[in-house]
Amino acid sequence: MSAYLSALLAIAGREIWRFVQQRERFLAALVRPLVWLLVFAAGFRAALGLSITPPYQTYIQYETYIVPGLVGMIQLFNGMQSSLSLVYDREMGSMRLLLTSPLPRWWLLICKLLGGTLISILQAYAFLAIAAAYGVVMPVGGYLLALPVLVLSGMMLGALGLLLSSTIDRLENFAGVMNFVIFPTFFLSSALYPLWKMAESSQTLHWICALNPFTHAVELIRFALYAQVNGSALLWVGLALAVFLVGALLGYDPRRGMVRGKG
Amino acid sequence: MSSFASEHSSEPALAIEGLSYAYGPVRALADVSVTLARGQFCALLGPNGAGKSTLFALLTRLFVSRAGRIAVMGHDLGAEPRAALAQMGVVFQQSTLDLDLSVMHNIRYFGALHGLSRRQATERGEAALAAIGLADLAGRKARALSGGQRRRVEIARALIHRPALLLLDEPTVGLDAPSRRAITDHVHALCREQGITALWATHLVDEIEPQDQALILHQGRVRAQGIVADLCAGQSLAERFAALTHTDEAAA
Repeated sequence: MSAYLSALLAIAGREIWRFVQQRERFLAALVRPLVWLLVFAAGFRAALGLSITPPYQTYIQYETYIVPGLVGMIQLFNGMQSSLSLVYDREMGSMRLLLTSPLPRWWLLICKLLGGTLISILQAYAFLAIAAAYGVVMPVGGYLLALPVLVLSGMMLGALGLLLSSTIDRLENFAGVMNFVIFPTFFLSSALYPLWKMAESSQTLHWICALNPFTHAVELIRFALYAQVNGSALLWVGLALAVFLVGALLGYDPRRGMVRGKG
Repeated sequence: MSSFASEHSSEPALAIEGLSYAYGPVRALADVSVTLARGQFCALLGPNGAGKSTLFALLTRLFVSRAGRIAVMGHDLGAEPRAALAQMGVVFQQSTLDLDLSVMHNIRYFGALHGLSRRQATERGEAALAAIGLADLAGRKARALSGGQRRRVEIARALIHRPALLLLDEPTVGLDAPSRRAITDHVHALCREQGITALWATHLVDEIEPQDQALILHQGRVRAQGIVADLCAGQSLAERFAALTHTDEAAA
């Protein structure tokens, strides 16, 4: 087994092992999308009339519409959280240890991103299982096709988090990230409402939503869950992943956490 | 892969030449040069803020300096970082054990980062734990260990890929006197018996023996360097150290 692969298994395995041991973290991560699904969507159902747009072939309830968007939200939160922890205090010690490995840094960072992505996928499937119990059931092929798609979207969002943490100085804490990254990214996307709805309100906002890579991640997940591939979304997500990843790997500087840590 | 004894045996374990580093306008290290032969124990002595942590960050490639050169067993850290890092084991000031994982899991994780197979890492880990009398604790969570035990596990782990050079950044911080003594003696024995070269950062002179090398760093510059017995010339190391780093205390 090559050194690259054994490092990947060790790093990803450690992330998963730590995650399953922290049961509270798992539950906390599930509460957020479930509140949206069980409370927000129920209340919002009457306010929003949805027409039939692909991949849906019939009228759907609002709960059905937002499930893919909430899966995207799980990955968005995870991507930001795990990437920030690489740069700031919490994981700083283990990052310093990781960087003493003779393997190239870009590979170590990709392993870390993959570890975080796998955790977001575990959460996403747990959420999908609860959603299914609640009545939002996808075809079996959809659950299968979602797996590679979630790897792609999770990596994209993790790379975005890493890129942000190494380029923007002011995002010192998670609250800042919530306000300035996660909420705008989430609301300016097709996660909660279809883009044509947004176009009715404002063309400008519609354009921003259409350019937002998160929109394309959500659409990619939405189509995948119905066992379809959305080609343009795939292209967008792939492109965004490449750009974010290269930027994140070039911009990563382990000094940032260290210098800041010293005050 | 880890045949450091045969390979480059004529090269010094660590060679630093003209190393400088600045945090913006603040000079942290100025023109530091040092050469450590195989099997040497070198104490890196300096008061807080002397540049010890900066030097460690440069040695572990956390920082990169354009001024100066670092070579480990003849491998230039800038040009061949992977070969250089493979010859280096590091014990950081703050513990990097994963407290929620077992001792052996911690060792296997580290082994994998250095290209060891699971079996190799387990075998070497068991041997290393047995050598420091902690074999019984392999399955315990790291959290259950005392501070001194954790340190000894970290030292054993840092040697699992059989590096030639061991870097320790104030490894006895926060430990009681017997634990400090045990760890200091252990690393001295590693140098003597296994030919490992250790660079040991500290500000505590009682961790150093007369036959050790010492590198006294103050305000980013090397103030004195050599065998401790020669450096002191009749004085105690504590007196000599205080004299050499006098200005700092007056300023502080």
